[in-house]
Amino acid sequence: MFRIVDRRFDSKKRSAVNRQRFFRRFKQQIRKSVSDALNQRSITDIDQGESVSIPSKDLSEPSFGLDPSGGQWERAYAGNDQFSTGDEFDRPQGGAGSGRGRASNEGESEDDFVFNLSREEFLEIFFEDLALPNLIKTQLARINQHKTVRAGHTSTGVPTNINVVRSLRGALGRRLALGTPHREKIRELQAELERLLLTHSETDPVVIDIKEQISRLRTRIEAIPFIDSFDLRYNNRVKQPTPSTAAVMFCVMDVSGSMDEEKKQIAKRFFMLLYLFLQRTYDHIELVFIRHHTVAREVDEEDFFHSRESGGTVVSSALEMMRDIIHERYSGGEWNIYGAQASDGDNWEDDSPVCRNILSSAIMPFVQYFAYIEITPGEPQNLWREYLHVGETHSHFAMQRIETLQDIYPVFRELFRKKLA
Amino acid sequence: MSKVAKSKAPAKAPVRERLPAPSDWSFELIEQYHAEIARVAEEYGLDTYPNQIEIITAEQMMDAYASVGMPINYHHWSFGKHFLSTEKNYKRGHMGLAYEIVINSNPCISYLMEENTMTMQALVIAHAAYGHNSFFKGNYLFRTWTNADAIIDYLVFARHYITECEERYGEEQVELFLDSCHALMNLGVDRYRRPPKLSIAEEKNRQREREAYMQSQVNDLWRTLPRAEEKKEAEEEERYPPEPQENLLYFIEKNAPRLEPWQREIVRIVRKVAQYFYPQRQTQVMNEGWATFWHYTLMNTLFDQGVLEDKLMIEFLKHHTNVVYQPPYNSPYYNGINPYALGFAMWCDIKRICETPTDEDREWFPDIAGSDWRKAFDFAMRNFKDESFIAQYLSPKLMRDLKIFAIQDDEQKPRLRVGAIHDETGYRELRRALSDQYNLGNREPNIQVHSVDINGDRALTLRHYKYKGRPLAEDSNEVLKHVARLWSFTVKLETQSEDGKVELSQECKIERRRAR
Repeated sequence: MFRIVDRRFDSKKRSAVNRQRFFRRFKQQIRKSVSDALNQRSITDIDQGESVSIPSKDLSEPSFGLDPSGGQWERAYAGNDQFSTGDEFDRPQGGAGSGRGRASNEGESEDDFVFNLSREEFLEIFFEDLALPNLIKTQLARINQHKTVRAGHTSTGVPTNINVVRSLRGALGRRLALGTPHREKIRELQAELERLLLTHSETDPVVIDIKEQISRLRTRIEAIPFIDSFDLRYNNRVKQPTPSTAAVMFCVMDVSGSMDEEKKQIAKRFFMLLYLFLQRTYDHIELVFIRHHTVAREVDEEDFFHSRESGGTVVSSALEMMRDIIHERYSGGEWNIYGAQASDGDNWEDDSPVCRNILSSAIMPFVQYFAYIEITPGEPQNLWREYLHVGETHSHFAMQRIETLQDIYPVFRELFRKKLA
Repeated sequence: MSKVAKSKAPAKAPVRERLPAPSDWSFELIEQYHAEIARVAEEYGLDTYPNQIEIITAEQMMDAYASVGMPINYHHWSFGKHFLSTEKNYKRGHMGLAYEIVINSNPCISYLMEENTMTMQALVIAHAAYGHNSFFKGNYLFRTWTNADAIIDYLVFARHYITECEERYGEEQVELFLDSCHALMNLGVDRYRRPPKLSIAEEKNRQREREAYMQSQVNDLWRTLPRAEEKKEAEEEERYPPEPQENLLYFIEKNAPRLEPWQREIVRIVRKVAQYFYPQRQTQVMNEGWATFWHYTLMNTLFDQGVLEDKLMIEFLKHHTNVVYQPPYNSPYYNGINPYALGFAMWCDIKRICETPTDEDREWFPDIAGSDWRKAFDFAMRNFKDESFIAQYLSPKLMRDLKIFAIQDDEQKPRLRVGAIHDETGYRELRRALSDQYNLGNREPNIQVHSVDINGDRALTLRHYKYKGRPLAEDSNEVLKHVARLWSFTVKLETQSEDGKVELSQECKIERRRAR
């Protein structure tokens, strides 16, 4: 008996269950690893898988074994090129030559256990920290859908796309065009035949000749194919990304001395989440990073998150800069502008009303959404109080005080709700 | 029915029709190639289980890898871990996937990977479906310890049972329990006692009976009310078990005081799976060498008969050479002695000794020198394992060819010493050293259940019998915790050195609380 079984199409992802169990078991380590990765990543890279490493001792599967470095061993090797019985030499360092052949391939390596998380798995863990509602999670994790749009007809394509009406119309035209000269000839011959028949008998050679000519022409007309491959027309569809507009996202962050590394990392998550959201909605996104203490500067992402400065805080400097950049670069109607600001709430007392003014009059009218987070465990500061007024008058302004990552989501609640509606 | 080596030589003539050799395979081609390979294999007298060949994708191959090569297995995170690391290595190109996985079952299942070329598929069919398959069917270890007819059914039973337990008692609890069982897997095999045959229907029935019966037995053993008339006897009979037990999992399954019936069943499942793989671990050199010898011989015979194209043969030889390559000890690619290389060389050497023996061979192998090689093969394949196979058949010529030498590594001495090498005085010593290296009993620690304090705190004492002063590896500490989890009371590990001195090396205490 002999059998071939084609298993290629059954039980795809059979390993999925075991994989899930592995993740569940090492959730803590994986989360830590993802969190480290996020700190390293650029905002725009959020949307990718990640290779994660876990110290392999954490996931060893112990079993009783012998310690190869203790006691007496005798091991055989192949390829002797220099040794004679009784030669002595020093132990090679670093375990070289301990080729016991069957040394187990797991649990022995000092290295980390490294594996890849898929994009979905990575985002899943990212979202988990942020306590996003499920609906939002799926919304964000969805791959950007392309819309197929009709774009006329083509002469090549797959059978399912054949446009029957167009193809037949083409065929009809072709048949008419190719058949017309013959038909004309037939009509002439027919007329002549009728004329001849008045004077000649049916069996007259001239009559027979004409009849033959007519039937030959008929055959030729019939030989014209009813439909030919070059008549075929296919519906043409092109893919267009559903959102075809562009957006710009302003990241504004306070880098005064009181913003420590941890607060910056929270802010980074905040920016990432907004970016991820925009990515679902817009095809092209530009990022503008503005950091400020007493003066604002536009910087690249690297500087934005990693350099530290100290000194006082004048928030309005950054808002002014944002306003100016909007006017200079993004004023045409084609840009959707989003603002995200993170700060620890400390601001120079007299500056806060100024901020409120700039925001309400010069920024809010231009932006789709402006989100502000204040990363502080303490009492709200003056900037917060001023911003509260902005929130009252503008529905597309959101603010939130944040202590932990879970607090970020509410800032976007309004934004996401609109999107889902 | 045995088809032992008929002495009829495979017919050379007539010239046969040449098989097409495109690089892409198709189902028709696989059937054609299989038919030819099967024909030649039969001419050589290979006795096999029926073959079932399954075409799978690379991902499925990784999956099969991860679940220790079984087509079906229960779920466990460790399989997920293996899958992830295999996948990573494969995707980065660090590692090609094994060409084949073959399952010791009846019918014998061999996996062919979709990505393979036609040449590779032919090689794998010859290697797995005829080489390994005939080994599984013939070798005494497999015949004694595994039951090819029932293994798939048993795994189905095991998977259902464990899934059921997960539903009833929670995934995590089952998982933790499995972790502990896995830690003892190596010590969950019977080395000398023959296990009874398995069958699924019987297994299900017996499982229920066993559950009830075992619980009653255990309860009896741990009866807390003292029985007056037996007290005296109990004092004399201090030791339980009366003799040391080598199969830890078996002992735990039968005697652990606090296990639930379902837990005992899981111990049993892990034990059965361990037992099933035990022969494979003991016959790697022989088995791989045998399969390699046969793919080489079958393909060459087909080529001689004019069935195979030159270009197919060249591709085949390229793969074959890679498989049997033995890098020298100082090469960066050296990773121990390659079992394929050693095994293949040994089988070829046996054939050589039978066909064209030298004087040396006549002296060393009077039994087989000049005899019918297929009879000698059949005998060797059926009756040996790696350790004894090497001890019996490794010839001086092969030791010279492979330039084998032994290094003595004694912790007590500052320097390594070269023991025997491939010369007149060293052959026997070297052969013994290599054979020892494949003795599982030397490679793995000898740990046995020594005693249980049944009248006192119920502590379980394990004893490690030291061999050549080799200590336990560091993580034995962790393993002991797992033993304690299974036993539910204190577990001690003693070490007995070769001079008979016993000392307590580790202890894992469990304070009894009002549990559950």
